[in-house]
Amino acid sequence: MSVKAANAGIVAPQGRSLWADAWGKLKRNRAAVAGVWIIGAMAVFVIVGPWFSRWAYDFTDFANSSAGPALATGHIFGTDSLGRDLFVRTLYGGRISLLIGIVATAVSLVIGVAYGAVAGYFGGRVDSVMMRIVDILYALPFMFFVILLMVFFGRNILLIFVAIGAINWLDMARIVRGQTLSLKRREFVEAAEAQGVRPFAIIRRHIVPNLLGVVAVYVTLTIPQVILVESFLSFLGLGVQEPMTSWGALVHDGAVELESAPWMLIFPAVFLALTLFCFNFLGDGMRDALDPKDR
Amino acid sequence: MLRYSLGRLLGAIPTLLLLIAFSFFMIRAAPGGPFSSERQLLPEIEANLNAAYHLDEPLYQQFGRYLWGLAHFDFGPSFQYRDYTVTELIMTGFPVSLRLGGGAILVALLFGIGAGCFAALKQNSVADHAVMAVSMTGISIPNFVMAPLLILIFAIYLGWLPAGGLGDFRSMILPIIALALPQIAYLARLTRGSMIEVLRSNFIRTAKAQGLPTWQIVLRHALKPALLPVVSYLGPATAAVITGSVVIEQIFSVPGIGRFFVTGALNRDYTLVMGVVVFYGVLIIAFNFLVDIAYAWLDPKVKYR
Repeated sequence: MSVKAANAGIVAPQGRSLWADAWGKLKRNRAAVAGVWIIGAMAVFVIVGPWFSRWAYDFTDFANSSAGPALATGHIFGTDSLGRDLFVRTLYGGRISLLIGIVATAVSLVIGVAYGAVAGYFGGRVDSVMMRIVDILYALPFMFFVILLMVFFGRNILLIFVAIGAINWLDMARIVRGQTLSLKRREFVEAAEAQGVRPFAIIRRHIVPNLLGVVAVYVTLTIPQVILVESFLSFLGLGVQEPMTSWGALVHDGAVELESAPWMLIFPAVFLALTLFCFNFLGDGMRDALDPKDR
Repeated sequence: MLRYSLGRLLGAIPTLLLLIAFSFFMIRAAPGGPFSSERQLLPEIEANLNAAYHLDEPLYQQFGRYLWGLAHFDFGPSFQYRDYTVTELIMTGFPVSLRLGGGAILVALLFGIGAGCFAALKQNSVADHAVMAVSMTGISIPNFVMAPLLILIFAIYLGWLPAGGLGDFRSMILPIIALALPQIAYLARLTRGSMIEVLRSNFIRTAKAQGLPTWQIVLRHALKPALLPVVSYLGPATAAVITGSVVIEQIFSVPGIGRFFVTGALNRDYTLVMGVVVFYGVLIIAFNFLVDIAYAWLDPKVKYR
């Protein structure tokens, strides 16, 4: 913290809430702010972009197969070996990757928050059994199970959501439990208990809404992880099915054609890396902003 | 200490059983069998095959048989690679995978901790920000993206290193780098964070006040406490390196264990897939156990329960 900022804290000690404080800190973090803008632009771009493309994502332009990026042909990112326009495919892949990132994170969010809040609120033996289970699950190589699931039960997009969500809730559950443990000793929970509100109603109305801040930070860090897992699966050929695509699948196609058509690797790789980069910076910035230790 | 270790060891047993049961029943629940993908067999032949591999027994009996075999370090015969047992297959691939994964972890530790310490000592300087930006890039570029990019640059454009295969030492360089980079990045960030915290503590200030040179403060006093989070990250790091190696081995056509997993899953080679999952699972659990012990030994605050 600079001297100036430290002095400002001394001069104006009137009560700033934790959130206002965090928000201010986040806005001063240039990397995080840039991350937000780029993610927003990326989302708009992948949603709107395909409307302006001359080609559909599965249209095969045989005259221009494996053509390099060129303005003359109109394929500004080039085409793949089947002559499909890489620009529109990269954007479609982005739609899928971002969609999976958000939906699968939502799945892990629901499981993790419910599990962690119940364990933390009830405490005691319930808590120790539930957390012991989390410990055991932690030690399992989940990636292998997801791969097996995808191989055996077909590549269905719903399964991808559930499978990826199901492996990412463990951290969420731990964090939520920790927060719940401190929340449940607060006066408003005590008041609700004194009025005879049922435990699950307390969790729903009083605990979960107060968890949202911490959870928001963690969600921002989970989305890139999920996108990563999905592209890992797609890279192994186990993710979304052709002719639909995702960034991971495109990177895989590009890796195969590496020597003859490097653009097939480079464009999707840049999009994927840039998105993950921004999410990571944003999540980091949010965590730092909420961190009372203030590095 | 001994009791603590024994307790931890006992705690690993349910995890191990869960791992075995989970993968066994999931594989068996999958549609299709090891012989259903080939050309139509006569029912008698299929029945004979099933009997030979004990696939006609009730599931719980097969599970018991499998556990019994595991207890004798016998992973059973492979369905796909006839004449080979799974143990033999794993043992041919493991030395290669070990060189790759072990190399990646060593490289990651060396460079990750080094970069982290460096950044912590120059906190908030340009060098620090540069190291952190590079490590963020390392985290954000998945290893299966990094690997083909490395091939493109160093093998195809520059032609410095072979693009894959199992040759001399040079052929391992690119796969090890691809596998290690994300871990280097994580370790650098982790080390930086904890090192900064340790450098602020009182005993470091005392050491500075006594006029010790910086390198001595770092190496003799700060490093050990600062490495605690790094030690506890080693468990997840191993798991990540192992899963990553499945893809990396495929990209660089390195003949390790990874390919057995993918081809085995596609061919419904039950025993081979099980073997790989159990083998790697045991490896990860064992490593987590060692990490726990090392942590307890390093950190005086951990009570030996």
